[in-house]
Amino acid sequence: MLNAHDILETITMIQDEHLDVRTITMGISLLDCCHSNIDTLCDKVYDKITRSAKDLVATGEKIEKTYGIPIINKRISITPAAMLLAACDDKDAVKLAKTLERAALTCGVNFLGGFSALVQKGFAPGDRELIAAIPEALAVTDHICASVNIGSTKAGINMDAVALMGRVVKEAAERTADNGCIGPAKLVVFCNAPEDNPFMAGAFHGVSEPDCVINVGVSGPGVVRAALAKAGDCDLTAVADLIKRTAFKITRMGQLVACEASRMLNVPFGIVDLSLAPTPAVGDSVAHILEEMGLESCGAAGTTAALALLNDAVKKGGVMASSHVGGLSGAFIPVTEDAGMIDAARSGALSIEKLEAMTAVCSVGLDMINIPGDTTPEVISAIIADEAAIGMINSKTTAVRVIPCIGKTVGEELSFGGLLGEGPVMPVSTYSPARFINRGGRIPAPIQSLKN
Amino acid sequence: MRAVISVIGKDTVGILAKVSAVCTTYNLNIVEVTQSVLQEFFAMIMVADIAAANAPFDVVADAFSALGEETGLSVRIMHEDIFNSMHTI
Repeated sequence: MLNAHDILETITMIQDEHLDVRTITMGISLLDCCHSNIDTLCDKVYDKITRSAKDLVATGEKIEKTYGIPIINKRISITPAAMLLAACDDKDAVKLAKTLERAALTCGVNFLGGFSALVQKGFAPGDRELIAAIPEALAVTDHICASVNIGSTKAGINMDAVALMGRVVKEAAERTADNGCIGPAKLVVFCNAPEDNPFMAGAFHGVSEPDCVINVGVSGPGVVRAALAKAGDCDLTAVADLIKRTAFKITRMGQLVACEASRMLNVPFGIVDLSLAPTPAVGDSVAHILEEMGLESCGAAGTTAALALLNDAVKKGGVMASSHVGGLSGAFIPVTEDAGMIDAARSGALSIEKLEAMTAVCSVGLDMINIPGDTTPEVISAIIADEAAIGMINSKTTAVRVIPCIGKTVGEELSFGGLLGEGPVMPVSTYSPARFINRGGRIPAPIQSLKN
Repeated sequence: MRAVISVIGKDTVGILAKVSAVCTTYNLNIVEVTQSVLQEFFAMIMVADIAAANAPFDVVADAFSALGEETGLSVRIMHEDIFNSMHTI
């Protein structure tokens, strides 16, 4: 039964508290496009994407109108592109990236993810070519997102790939220095990457996924914060309970949108990702939820505990609201995309070291962090290795998306605009990890991997 | 099939008539109306049967948005399923 209180609560969430569906992401398998000729591959890839996703944007807009709920992004994720290149005689990854860009423009989507390689245990044909092409591919396209999985609990950490990615991240920034260093903002280095993640920049369509699938990512930090503000000084058990109830409602909305999109597009429903995804807009911040719990600033002592409570309660509330949960599912803590994180980083309350600790208890990792332009590739690699180690040992996804701000140093600002936001350049340790990184090889899979 | 029409903002003369007029235009049958006025603010919720609507939902939604802009109020129509799914188990 409908009642006025529930109706007004939903409308307030949408109108005043930034409730939205962050993304409807269509995952498309391109394995059937493989061909030894790169031009034929590109033609088949373009045809399959534009055929599969031709109605995606229009359907998303129709659902927005019907339910009155904003759907911010419509996106596509594809089979990791390195696998498509494996069969090609001429592994011209940049040509493939340009084809993907053309397909993204034709479909009208906001992003296309899956310019990716999975190298946690070693490099297969196509992997090195794709990784080497990432800086140029990100410089010559606007809508393509890249990701590389360099570690997993089952396989350990491929330190050769870690060393390589430090250089790739730096080069991606240098290549786009005259465009706000946007390159590395579209590049994620993962450990334990999920195969059904609808969020960018790390979305790709895993090999075990069906031919085509609809995944939905919800948002709603503003709603959680508003609920806590109304509750006042209750104890933390009550806080957790309130977050669960709010997450349930948010996720039910995501489930409804996912089911409708799936039905209208005649594509199977995959998962709802339970993540709380912030935006730079005031009132849509994960950091502000932590502050509402009682911290003077995000980054203060207690931040990790508050985030752990938040992340766990979001999952508990969301899991019953959706028939299939997947992707990253947790609270995101991207610095430049979150107004509260930006303020905390500017004031010095939030450091990279604290963020690293936070990543042990939340969904992703060191995300959207501006670092000095003169940071060496070895330091970037070592940051990646640290983060991957947290993921590997704790059997969770971790990732690094740092932006070396070419020509800028600590305290200066870099702005990307839109959902990617802006933020100060944060200090990183300048002690050299070069000898450790240059050893290469693999960090063996941890004892936690032996579960059979 | 039902939808919820909500009007929120400063109370103005004739708002009920204007919303009803849009419903008539698109053949939406109003089945329930509740309204409250808190100080000068006005919140009206209408439930309408949209099964016999003579236009696609997005056209109807645009008409209510236009009425909202014209009157300076928040006027929106949303399919009832969003409320059912968010507030019932």
